[in-house]
Amino acid sequence: METPFSLFLLKMNIEIRNISKFYGKLKANDGVSLQIPSGKILGILGENGAGKSTLMKILSGLVKPNEGEILVDGVSIKIDSPKDAIKLGIGMLHQEPRDFPSMSIIDDLRIGNQKDGKKRKEMDVGQLHKMSLDLGFSLDFNGLVRKLTVGERQELELIRLLYFGVEVLILDEPTTGISLNQKNQLFGALRKLAAGGKSILFVSHKLDEIQALCDLAAIMRRGKLVQVMKAPLDQNEMIRWMFGQEVTRHKPARTDATEIFFETRDLKIDDFRIQLKKVDMQLKKGEVIGLAGMAGSGQKQFLRTAAGLMPPAGGDIILNDRKITGKSCFSFQQNGIHFVPSDRLEEGLLPGMTLDEHYQLVTDCGRFWINNQSAAGISGEKIDLYRIKGNRWTNVEELSGGNQQRMLLSMIKEPSNLLLLEEPTRGLDIESANWIWSLLRIKCQSGTGIIFSSADLDELLFYSDRIMVFYSGEVSAPLPANQLTETSLGAMIGGKDWVIV
Amino acid sequence: MNRERITNFAFRLLSILLALGFTSFVVLAAKANPLTAYGHLINGAFSSTKKISDSLVIWIPLIITCCGLAVTFTVGLWNIGIEGQITLGAVFTTGMIRLLQTTNTPPTFVILASILIGCLGGIIWALIAGFLKFLGGVSEIFAGLGLNFIATGINLYLIFGPWKRPGIASMSGTEPFSEIYRLSNFAGLRLSPWSLLLALISIISVFILLKWTMIGLRMKAVGRNADAARLMGISSFRYMLLAFLICGFFAGLAGALQVTAVYYRLIPSISSGYGFLGLLVTMLVDYQILWAAPVAFLFSALNIGGIQLPIEMKLDSTLAGVIQSAMVLFYLVMDSVRKNVLKPRESSLDE
Repeated sequence: METPFSLFLLKMNIEIRNISKFYGKLKANDGVSLQIPSGKILGILGENGAGKSTLMKILSGLVKPNEGEILVDGVSIKIDSPKDAIKLGIGMLHQEPRDFPSMSIIDDLRIGNQKDGKKRKEMDVGQLHKMSLDLGFSLDFNGLVRKLTVGERQELELIRLLYFGVEVLILDEPTTGISLNQKNQLFGALRKLAAGGKSILFVSHKLDEIQALCDLAAIMRRGKLVQVMKAPLDQNEMIRWMFGQEVTRHKPARTDATEIFFETRDLKIDDFRIQLKKVDMQLKKGEVIGLAGMAGSGQKQFLRTAAGLMPPAGGDIILNDRKITGKSCFSFQQNGIHFVPSDRLEEGLLPGMTLDEHYQLVTDCGRFWINNQSAAGISGEKIDLYRIKGNRWTNVEELSGGNQQRMLLSMIKEPSNLLLLEEPTRGLDIESANWIWSLLRIKCQSGTGIIFSSADLDELLFYSDRIMVFYSGEVSAPLPANQLTETSLGAMIGGKDWVIV
Repeated sequence: MNRERITNFAFRLLSILLALGFTSFVVLAAKANPLTAYGHLINGAFSSTKKISDSLVIWIPLIITCCGLAVTFTVGLWNIGIEGQITLGAVFTTGMIRLLQTTNTPPTFVILASILIGCLGGIIWALIAGFLKFLGGVSEIFAGLGLNFIATGINLYLIFGPWKRPGIASMSGTEPFSEIYRLSNFAGLRLSPWSLLLALISIISVFILLKWTMIGLRMKAVGRNADAARLMGISSFRYMLLAFLICGFFAGLAGALQVTAVYYRLIPSISSGYGFLGLLVTMLVDYQILWAAPVAFLFSALNIGGIQLPIEMKLDSTLAGVIQSAMVLFYLVMDSVRKNVLKPRESSLDE
């Protein structure tokens, strides 16, 4: 096979030796040793808090380990900052690329090139272009960064790192929020790079991606590296190593209720960046509708409008045959319509306040005086039920991301008629996501309807009764989930095979 | 947890020492001996019962103001308009006494009614800032600043216009009320037991409100994250307005006591800058009202002690103000240093 970057065919072998990182009592990494061979794609797999992100941050210079060393071609080295790491040839592709949306792509690259103030050599546009084409990307370097999709931004970031001569590429959950097409393109590019001698570290909690892409899979559990497996990779075996047991997902029972209780008629949404022309949907009691689409296609705005947090530009929201359009969000809440945002600390939780205080606020325990006793009972119950790792006096910002997510879901007020959930399992591992959904399904059985958005096609197909697809201002009618496949849904998200029902 | 407390305390102590160090430089620059200056400050504030009671006379309006500000800070508001609210409290109180003193109303009733009306004056001025914020979209900082100017204008207009002393209009204020319309004092002191009692009640009630009631908890929630509070069904509009109302009440009370217990008339600088000083104190104690009490007393004592300086050392009495401001500045600086020092644990683990 022809290698695209024969110029850069410098093989680099990295070895991690006995790396440990402690956060207080918690061992995020506990004596991890790993060889990173060049020319291979190595998957890093593990549930939340298993330590995979910490290990990658250590490698890319964002976090310093407490113990252990990193060797490059047998020589022990020190990595103090991401810049050091790039100089050594180790680069990390971040989940949210740090670039300047209003600039043209080439200017954006130039800025990145002279961040430390010193003037460097002019970027070689010709070479950038060639690199992009070789990898099968179609980036227009004179276009604006703002116009790029999440996937294209990743491609840009990738090109940037390669241009700086990175030999070891770290990708942290790179497939979140990108279309199926772009995912295939990315995987193709990664395979080419590996064939050219680069080492690729691919962090993911998605088993099928690891299985499809990786030559090796390193599985982490509770800070330790528990197993390195070679392709062909077996999903069940990977799960066993991740959790110490096999996890079975329960296909939830579909609702058979027929009573429609919530609908939007001719709903128009105008939010400066995104306009939705017409959303017509009806939700039955106990039904789950998933919202699919690329990030920024209007799912966010639709959920907020349905929660009464944002006024629609036109049309009506109807609950139990009554128009509730234009009422305050508090009146929506009193009608049992609750919204759970994906941005936990920004929008959902109160930094600096304890778990106890949160539950006191949402349960309204005590009319005037704070009733500490009843609050204690409620907190204990919720912490147990939602498996939150923290105690009643923990401040919410000290919880890990996954636990903050569980905390948010545990605060949903009862009784609830309609739950509007924005990426409810974002950042949760399969087991926790499963647990959350089983709790949500219990609510559905008592008649609560759910509308949720997700970037995970598998989650959408598995847990939804029907799915609405959002694509550049258009919204499909809810389509039965059992008539869609990952391929057909992925195509629709990308704007192909658009079925107007 | 305990170690964190000790570190916090150490940083606070350090900021006070730095403030004193800085002030010493200022005194040295004025060619005087800092130690002598501090000696006079302490002596001037604590050498006799009378001096301590004089400090308390300042402490009362200051701590009552802090009570109000603790509430607005908790809900996330910068109530700069506090000065105007105090002034309006004093204006309303004076107006009520002037109205009733020519009638046969019992003096006790006159005093009580005038203080209550004073509180109402503060509330009205605070609510104007609140409505400007919520209905007009004007930041409470600018609204408050503007309303402060207007309050001063109203005050001066009344003193030099309709309420001027018979014959002459004077900077010394309106005609003093007769003895019967004044709150009584401890024998031989300028300190009124009634004011002291009201100050203590204010502290306790604000402490209880913020610590033990759902209203206080909801206010804290709005202050921490108004968006999240909204999703929990808490209207930030309602609780911010309520906070303005409560703060206006206390500011009005402070103004009313300045008239009925200290000056017995309306004077041009009736608020005496206690509103701004109160902002500093409340910030310094991180909105903890129980801590505000001793800190406000320290600030009051510095004000009283400062009076000695021009007499004894030919230093300006504003040295007390220099120490106060330096303390706040160094505290704020050290606080952000402390936050950086105490944050070795990097953000959450996953992602």
